[in-house]
Amino acid sequence: MVSFVLIVLISLVFSGIVIRTKSIASGRKGPGIWQPMKDIFKLFKKGAVYSETTSIIFQIAPSIYFASVLMAIMVIPLGNSKGLISFAGDFVFFAYVLAVGKFFNIISALDTGSSFEGMGASREALFSMLAEPAFFILMGSLGLLTGYTSFHEIFMAFHFGSYVSYALGVIATFILIMICMIENSRMPVDDPKTHLELTMIHEVMILDNSGFDLGLIMHAINLKFAMYGALIANMFLGDAPMYLTIPLFLSIQVLFAVVVGILESFSARFRMNHNAQFILVLSSLSLLMFFGVLMVLGKFN
Amino acid sequence: MNYLSIKNNQRVALESIPTLAYEVFYHEVVTHLMTGEDAHCVNYFGIPSGKEVKLICCIANDALGTIQVVATLADPEKMIPSLSSKIMAFHAFEREIHENFGIQYVDHPWLKPIRYPFDRATKQCQISNYPFYKIESEELHEVGVGPIHAGVIEPGHFRFICNGEQILHLEIQLGYQHRGLEHLFVEKKGLLQRATLAENIAGDTVVGHTSTFANVWESLCGFTASEKLQFDRALALEHERIAIHTGDLSAICTDVAYQLGSSVFGRLRTPVINYFQQWCGNRLAKSLIRPGKTNFPSTPQLAEKWFEVFHAYEPHFTEMALQMFDLPSVLSRIEKTGVVSRETALDIGAVGMAARASGLKRDVRSSHPTGYYEKTSYQPIMGQVGDVHARSKIRFDEINTSIAFIKNMLNQMPQPDGEIKPLDSPAPGSFVLSMTEGWRGEICHCAITGSKGELLLYKIKDPSFHNWLALALAVRNNEISDFPICNKSFNLSYCGHDL
Repeated sequence: MVSFVLIVLISLVFSGIVIRTKSIASGRKGPGIWQPMKDIFKLFKKGAVYSETTSIIFQIAPSIYFASVLMAIMVIPLGNSKGLISFAGDFVFFAYVLAVGKFFNIISALDTGSSFEGMGASREALFSMLAEPAFFILMGSLGLLTGYTSFHEIFMAFHFGSYVSYALGVIATFILIMICMIENSRMPVDDPKTHLELTMIHEVMILDNSGFDLGLIMHAINLKFAMYGALIANMFLGDAPMYLTIPLFLSIQVLFAVVVGILESFSARFRMNHNAQFILVLSSLSLLMFFGVLMVLGKFN
Repeated sequence: MNYLSIKNNQRVALESIPTLAYEVFYHEVVTHLMTGEDAHCVNYFGIPSGKEVKLICCIANDALGTIQVVATLADPEKMIPSLSSKIMAFHAFEREIHENFGIQYVDHPWLKPIRYPFDRATKQCQISNYPFYKIESEELHEVGVGPIHAGVIEPGHFRFICNGEQILHLEIQLGYQHRGLEHLFVEKKGLLQRATLAENIAGDTVVGHTSTFANVWESLCGFTASEKLQFDRALALEHERIAIHTGDLSAICTDVAYQLGSSVFGRLRTPVINYFQQWCGNRLAKSLIRPGKTNFPSTPQLAEKWFEVFHAYEPHFTEMALQMFDLPSVLSRIEKTGVVSRETALDIGAVGMAARASGLKRDVRSSHPTGYYEKTSYQPIMGQVGDVHARSKIRFDEINTSIAFIKNMLNQMPQPDGEIKPLDSPAPGSFVLSMTEGWRGEICHCAITGSKGELLLYKIKDPSFHNWLALALAVRNNEISDFPICNKSFNLSYCGHDL
């Protein structure tokens, strides 16, 4: 319960912090941190325009997408308090409830019949397919290490004792940050700011969405950022009491937003055909983590 | 001799251009004039002459520093062989002649419309039945972009035929911006009206086009620009080059999503372009250049201001550019992307900065210098590979060269002019061709006057007219997501092409 409320709260300012960091990094003042939310509220007040070539799928997809992200957030715990839903194997539920949202997003893009959106849909499908093994090998290794299969129990049991587990924590954090960037179609895989229909992945899929629907999709991105931020925070929270976990959680989220801003400021994005290689590197990194876990468990003797 | 050899900006009598039968003309152009790499066609256009159309072909020879002019008469009723089938660089000129006068070519490789309908000989040819190239296949898909640009700049339609993410073919269809500028030049009689038209040929090359117009007009009137006038025009031309090149570097950074480069170059461009505001009251240098005079002569105070602007500009620019050309993530995007080989550039008659980036020496400032450039021996800056990196690097190098050039100029500013005598009226029955190296490349204007000295024809050619095809060929076999940076690296003009 606590985690759900906190994630929703932090999602309101997450994009704002990212944009502010990017502005400061390039020597500008930049908009206030509430600006992205104001833009989204403006969209919520507007009606949506639907193309005549689209069907019901195009109209329901944004809501399903938004709902899927909310569902996924429900399973995320915070320190020693469980998420709204918690059961053995809930990380599989987490991954596939997000996939359902993404599936609807993709078929709604195909539903418009636009050549751009088809391109975007095929890119999105390819890249999230490539990112999937990385997430499952990562969570699988953590499950193997701790002997549990739900987020709450895994994170409660995952403590930093030996040097090896520090190394595992660093690798896991890096993989989670990168998966988050890929899932949200951000740098270095995609750039939401360029706004060129030929180069984008996620943004090109939502070219035909407008008004309320567009607002939902935009805010789903904020929620997803905060959700992955919460996963990262959980790696470090352990069993600390609530008065420590909440400030720690908030500062890790802010730090994460600043890191995203800096990642997006000082380099160019990848060429599209390098993206696939880059994402596969994440899978091999999570394999490294898997072997690390096997080593800790003494399976190599 | 079967042709007339003239210098850049030289006035000749229209009669002195030899008019040959089409077969002789064809042979002359293909075998004697278009010889070697130094010869390239700078303008080829028609002017109605009774029932027939007089075609005038101007071929510049960079080695000799001359322009060979030869004419012929063509009958729209008859089919004639096309020069494009032998030399590809003529394709756009012949399409234009076909479109305006209905001249029939037997073997033109692809005789499709070049601009929007109202100047066409055949009005049935509409934008709605434009003959796009098609490949029948289940595997390939077409992506159409435009004519409304996502960034709401100028209109143009780009149609890609792709195999997955890879571009197999790009067809660029322009003409939406056709304003009938060449007709307006003849219709509007006032010199100020014409100068204003010249300023609006392409909004980003105001100095380039207006100074070419001024040169043409002064040459027609037999006026020799004073040392000070020439100085001011060269100063404005080089300054425009710095401003636009800096903006282009910013745009290239934006398209590879390199935020730091994008915002720093963008910030650096503003004071440079604003210098024109201080000079003549307009950021784009409109009203700065006028035939036969200047309303805003440069002064030592302005020179001091210039040094101030560039004292602040240079260190930041150099630091940012060095960082950009040293950053692996940027290099991996721009290197080996959108390659135009030297052979391709030569075949299609590419000009200017894009041609030089491919290793083809095309620079009017050194090959056909006029005005201030006659006194300098400008050495063109060359690239080799012809990829996006080469076109970005050449901008960096040209900015530095132009800064050094202007610094050198300002240290020896000529004395202000006294009373300038007013322009005479244009000489009757004359032909003038004038070329200027704008920031994009070779600008070529031609004027023909009638028996009373009235303007019969004003022909404009922006470098984009040659270079759009270079873009279409550059993106082949590249990824479709790399198209925007290829496009920015050329930064061609839509309205300069459409006129």
